Amino acid sequence: MKAVCYMGVEKMSVETVPDPTILNPRDAIVKISSTCICGSDLHLYDGFVPTMEQGDIMGHEFMGEVVEVGAGLKPDKLKIGDRVVVPFTIACGNCFFCKKQLWSLCNNSNPNYWMAEEMMGFSPSGLFGYTHMMGGYAGGQAQYARVPFADVGPIKVPEGIPDEKAIFLSDIFPTGYFGAVMADIEPGDTVAVWGCGPVAQFSIRSCFMLGAERVIAIDRFDYRLRMAQAGGAETINYEEVDDVVQTLKDMTGNIGPDRCIDAVGMEAHDHGLMYMIDRAKQKARIELDRPVVLRQAIQACRKGGTVSVPGVYAGFIDKVPMGAFMNKGLTMRAGQTHMMRYMKPLLDKVEKGEFDPSFVISHRVPIDRAPEMYKIFRDKKENCTKVVLDPWADGAHAA
Amino acid sequence: MAENARIRITDAGRGRSRSMSPQRWGALIGGGALAIYGITRRSPLGIALATGGGSVALLAATRKPSPESSASATILINSTPQEVYQFWRDFENLPRFMNRLETVSKLNDRRSRWVALGPGGKPIRWDAEIINERENEHISWHSLADSDIQVDGRVDFRSAPAGRGTLIDVHIEYSPSLGTGNTLANFLNKGANFIMRQDLRRLEAMIEAGEIPTIEGQSHGRRDFLTGVMRVADPTRPIPVRSNLKDTFAARRRMA
Repeated sequence: MKAVCYMGVEKMSVETVPDPTILNPRDAIVKISSTCICGSDLHLYDGFVPTMEQGDIMGHEFMGEVVEVGAGLKPDKLKIGDRVVVPFTIACGNCFFCKKQLWSLCNNSNPNYWMAEEMMGFSPSGLFGYTHMMGGYAGGQAQYARVPFADVGPIKVPEGIPDEKAIFLSDIFPTGYFGAVMADIEPGDTVAVWGCGPVAQFSIRSCFMLGAERVIAIDRFDYRLRMAQAGGAETINYEEVDDVVQTLKDMTGNIGPDRCIDAVGMEAHDHGLMYMIDRAKQKARIELDRPVVLRQAIQACRKGGTVSVPGVYAGFIDKVPMGAFMNKGLTMRAGQTHMMRYMKPLLDKVEKGEFDPSFVISHRVPIDRAPEMYKIFRDKKENCTKVVLDPWADGAHAA
Repeated sequence: MAENARIRITDAGRGRSRSMSPQRWGALIGGGALAIYGITRRSPLGIALATGGGSVALLAATRKPSPESSASATILINSTPQEVYQFWRDFENLPRFMNRLETVSKLNDRRSRWVALGPGGKPIRWDAEIINERENEHISWHSLADSDIQVDGRVDFRSAPAGRGTLIDVHIEYSPSLGTGNTLANFLNKGANFIMRQDLRRLEAMIEAGEIPTIEGQSHGRRDFLTGVMRVADPTRPIPVRSNLKDTFAARRRMA
């Protein structure tokens, strides 16, 4: 089969590899109909997350048809022919964490638990196509994928819903929603959202679903800011203001946004000396993550407010204003999305026609073009917001 | 008992020849290779590799052998003490989650024959007998005369508060020391306790999830030299019986 493989920093390649096989009783094999490049894949592309290895199959947003099931799967849960969206987190369904619905913290789905344990004390759940530290599972930017614990994660999609409306249930729609949920929004709240990438776009819209009065979105690309405005947000282009924190104060009667969402993560951009230092340190692998957004969010957040972090961080950060965080009595919540909590309710919204997630798509291309799309997406060229790959199209130019 | 074991180990250590063990040679060569590879990369990652590899080699060359005589680990499993006890009491189940155990076969209700992987993949055999047990709470066993090594093991099962499952404590003493059979494990100071924690983690997955998560045998694209090195150095994988380094290296490179 064809698969997008990581071949080194900024080197992706479509390789022909063996089709996946069932390795464990609760595995299923999915024939992939649609798959995406996620903003978090760009952290791997840029080489800032440790334990990627040459030859690893990328991708954690995919959907398709079940074509093979392991002996441990009951037909009422999953059977051949089912059309499913697969969540990017892998969960066993039976451990302490799964029982508490903390699905992305599953204790039994990472075969390389010890690697994450080294860095983080404990390991979160295994993830598709996202470093060996997170399990080393082959990802979904391919024609087929093996899905472990397939009776827990994949959710069946009715035939009436096209791929483009269902595919984002695999990660970014629930993740954007989770960002808003973690912010503990109360009626009348103003929420500041850093970043206007796909996850942020879903966060902005989810904030309104959860009762926010105002959302202020921060980015530097006009086309992304316009998309945020279409979702009801006010916007700040941080390259056009001197000081994001002061601007946020000015926009909120000098009280600050009640809730702050960091939908950017470890490769944030900014200007000024501090940013240059972070960038240099990250290049030299002294600091893995650039916490520009996190710093601003903690400074800008109103006293007693909440900082929600759906953006991905991988390792260590410097100069986080802990004094501000403590003395202002802030709450910080973070995590990979507990996918299985939100997939069903959000699928219902899509099914009822209340919400159409397909607005984020900017590119639909055959899988053969994935390597160049990584670069276009990373460099924000061609007004790129979201790339959907067709694993079966013949190299021809689509959309 | 613990005191005796320690004394014996110390004696064994003193009797050891001064030549380097295969593990230390491995670390020296592997670390050196990594350093050379890192230097040729001429990138920040390369520098990191060179530094890391260099330190492995240096440590291997200077490190004194430190025989270990015991392993302890604990884990909380979302299950009842009855279930975990019964699973463990059938010693034939142990190789299903203990990577370094090849087989355990029952001789009678209290006696069993064990085969484990020693350093360099050499099989080690012993017969064990249960010396004490309380249903759903405790099992202890020791090896009998004419065994390759002397082993004393015990495991305790306790209910965790508020229905949170079963706490398992395992403690095993053995002599003479086995090492951990892996250079990186030694370098990272991942001794016997680390190995046993991984074993118990697999037990947790078996009991809670019904299977042990794995990626061995999955598809992937072309691997490179560095990945091969990392596979051989993975401290959680024992070197299989009767294999040479070249075959192991080739096998690990193919592994996902």
